[in-house]
Amino acid sequence: MNIARFTKTAALAAVGVMALAACSDGGSNDASSDSTSAANIDCASGTLSSEGSSAQGNAMTEWIKQYQLACPDATVNYNPTGSGAGIEQFLADQVDFAGSDSALDTDDGEVADAKERCDGNEAWNLPMVVGPVAVAYNVEGLDNLVLNADVTADIFSGKIKKWNDPAIAALNSGTDLPDEPITVFYRSDESGTTQNFTQYLQAAAPDKWTEEPSKSWTGTGEGKEKSAGVQEATIQNENSITYVEWSYARDGGLGIAQIDNGSGPVELNGDTAGKTLDASKIVGSGNNLEMEIDYATTEPGAYPIVLVTYEIACSKGLAENEAAQVKSFLTYTASDDGQSVLNDLGYAPLPPEVAGKVQAAVADLS
Amino acid sequence: MTAFYPPDSEDTLVKKTSRGRFGDRAIAFFASASGVAVIATVLLVGLFLLWRAIPSILQDQVPFLTSREWNVNNPDDLRFGIVDLLWTTVLSSVMAMVLAVPVAIGIAIYITQYAPRRIARPIASAVDLLAAVPSIVYGLWGIQVLAPAIEPFGDWLSENLGWIPLFAPGLTSAGTVYSIGVVLAIMILPIITAISREVFDQTPLLHKEAALALGATHWEMVRTTVLPFGRPGVISASMLGLGRALGETMAVVIILSKPAPGSDFSASIFAGGETFASKIANNAAEFDSPEKTGAYIAAGLVLFVLTFIVNAIARWIISRRKEFTE
Repeated sequence: MNIARFTKTAALAAVGVMALAACSDGGSNDASSDSTSAANIDCASGTLSSEGSSAQGNAMTEWIKQYQLACPDATVNYNPTGSGAGIEQFLADQVDFAGSDSALDTDDGEVADAKERCDGNEAWNLPMVVGPVAVAYNVEGLDNLVLNADVTADIFSGKIKKWNDPAIAALNSGTDLPDEPITVFYRSDESGTTQNFTQYLQAAAPDKWTEEPSKSWTGTGEGKEKSAGVQEATIQNENSITYVEWSYARDGGLGIAQIDNGSGPVELNGDTAGKTLDASKIVGSGNNLEMEIDYATTEPGAYPIVLVTYEIACSKGLAENEAAQVKSFLTYTASDDGQSVLNDLGYAPLPPEVAGKVQAAVADLS
Repeated sequence: MTAFYPPDSEDTLVKKTSRGRFGDRAIAFFASASGVAVIATVLLVGLFLLWRAIPSILQDQVPFLTSREWNVNNPDDLRFGIVDLLWTTVLSSVMAMVLAVPVAIGIAIYITQYAPRRIARPIASAVDLLAAVPSIVYGLWGIQVLAPAIEPFGDWLSENLGWIPLFAPGLTSAGTVYSIGVVLAIMILPIITAISREVFDQTPLLHKEAALALGATHWEMVRTTVLPFGRPGVISASMLGLGRALGETMAVVIILSKPAPGSDFSASIFAGGETFASKIANNAAEFDSPEKTGAYIAAGLVLFVLTFIVNAIARWIISRRKEFTE
C-alpha cells in the first residue's frame, strides 16, 4: 500500500516540476536574438571567469551570449554576486576580471592589493556599462510626473508625505495629483543602486539630503529585497514610489519621473543618460578611467541619476592566454557593436567620447 | 491500518533479523559512526560560528544583545545589535505555531480516528505534498496572492484592536509579520501533521477499546487515550516545525518589508522587520570585510543558540511527560 501511495505522490510531484520548468523557461529567451554583431569579434579561446556587480548582470549575460556565438572555442563566465564579492575574488586571484559599481578604493588598500595581484602592475577601472536609475511610481492616471532633486530628496526622506503636496504641485502645474499618502519603497539589501541614488541626492540637493551616501538606505520607507522586490511592491501598492534600475521600471510598466535638473524636465532614455556622462570627468590617470559623475549637472537634456559600472582588469601581469582572453572579450564589450545591444536591456551605451577612451585602454591591455 | 504487535513479540523480531557477529558489528559501527557524525557536525558548525563571530562582537561599539542599531559598513566602527531581529524572528514563528499546531493536530486526529480510509489517504498525501513546495514558491505565492487576500482582515484587526500594541497599525504594504506568519504556518503544517499522525496511529488498540468499553463517546475516547499517548510526539513535531519557522529564509526575504531605518520600535504584527535568516540572506552578496561578515555570523550564532534552547526545552517537557504517562 505504501508503494501505491509513493507512486501517486511521485507522479504529482513530477507534474509539478514540469509545470515549474515550463514557466521558468519563458523569462530568459526574450533578449534580442536578431542582433548580428557577432562578425567583428577577434576571438581568443579558453575559459574566462569573472564575477561582481549584479547591476551589469543582464549586460554581461547578453555580451557573453553574443561573444560565445562568434567564438565557439571560448567560454566566459560571469557570476553576478555583487561588487564587493567580485573585487574580493579578483584580489584573491580567483577570477580574471571583476565587475564593480565603484572603482577600486585607495583608502581601503584595494589599489595596493590589486597591484600585488597583477604582479606589480596597475589594475585599471574601465567604465563599461551605464545604468540609469529611474524614480519609478505607481499613481493611477498620473502619466508625466516631474520631480527635481530637492523634491525627490524630501519625498525619500519622508518630509513630503502626500502626493498633492504644494512642492510637487509646483513642478506639475495642470496635473491632477491625488490627496493620498506617498508610500516609499527602498532596497533593504545593500546595493550600488542605493549608493548611487543617495550620491545623486546629496550632490544635487545638499540642503535637503544630509545623510552620507551609503550602500544601505538611510531615508524613509518600507524595504524590499533587491530590484525585483521594490519593483513588485511598487506595482502592487498604489500611490507608491521607488528608485530602481531603468529596465525594472520599464518592464514593470511603472511611471518614470522626469527629472528637472534646473534646465527643464528631462525624460529618461539612453541619450539623456549619456549626456550626463559627457558632462562628467575622468579622475583616473592614463588608462585608468575612473569617472566622477557630475550629479548636479545643469546641462540641458541631461538625466542626472546614472550608475557607471566598471570592469576591473590587470593592465599587465596575467598569464599570456588569460590576458589575450580578457583583452578579446573586453574589446568586444567596449566596441560599438557591444555597446549597441545595451539599449534594449535597459542600459545606456557609453557616449562616443568615453567609449573611445575605453577602447583605447582595452587595446593597451597586455 | 498498521499491524499492531503486542509488546513481547518485538524481542523475537529483533532476534530473527540479527545475522551473526559480522553483521552485528558492522551495523553497530555504522550506527555509532552516524551518531558521532551528527554530534560532530553540530559542534563544528557551532565552533565555526563562534570563531567568526567573536572577533566582531568584541569590536562591537554598542551592546550586541540589546541594541537596535545595525551599521557594519565601517570595519573600524562596528555598531550592531540583534534585538529587532530577535523580536521579528520570535514573533513570526510564534504566530506560525499558534496557527499551525491546532490545525495540524486536528488534521492528524481526523485522518487517524475519524476519516474512512479511502478519504484519509488522499488527505494525508495532500498535506505531505505541501512539504514538497519550495520555499521560494511559498514566498512568491505569499506576496502576490495570499498577502493581498488576507489584508482586509488585518486592516479590520488594526482598526478595531489597534490599541493593543500587538495589533497597532504599521506598514502600508502587505509585507508584514502578519502575512509571513500565515505563510510560515502553512509551511510547517505538513511537518507537524505527519509526525502527529504517526504517533496517534500508534495508540494501543487496547487503550482505545478500554475507553469505549467504559462507555466513552468517540471524542472522549480520543481525549482520554489518543491525545495523552501522542502528546510527547506532538511536542517533538511542533519543535521541528518551530525550528523550520525560525530558520526559514527565502519566503521571509520575499515577503517581509523592512521598516524605515531609525524608525521607532513597534511590537505589532502589522509592522515589518527582518528575521535573523532573512537579514543574513539579504546581505550575503555584500560581505566585503571579515568584520562585517563576522557581524552577520554573530546574528546567525544567536539563531543557532535560540534553536538549541527551544529544542532543549522541548526535550525536557517530553521527558517529564513520559514519566507521567508510563
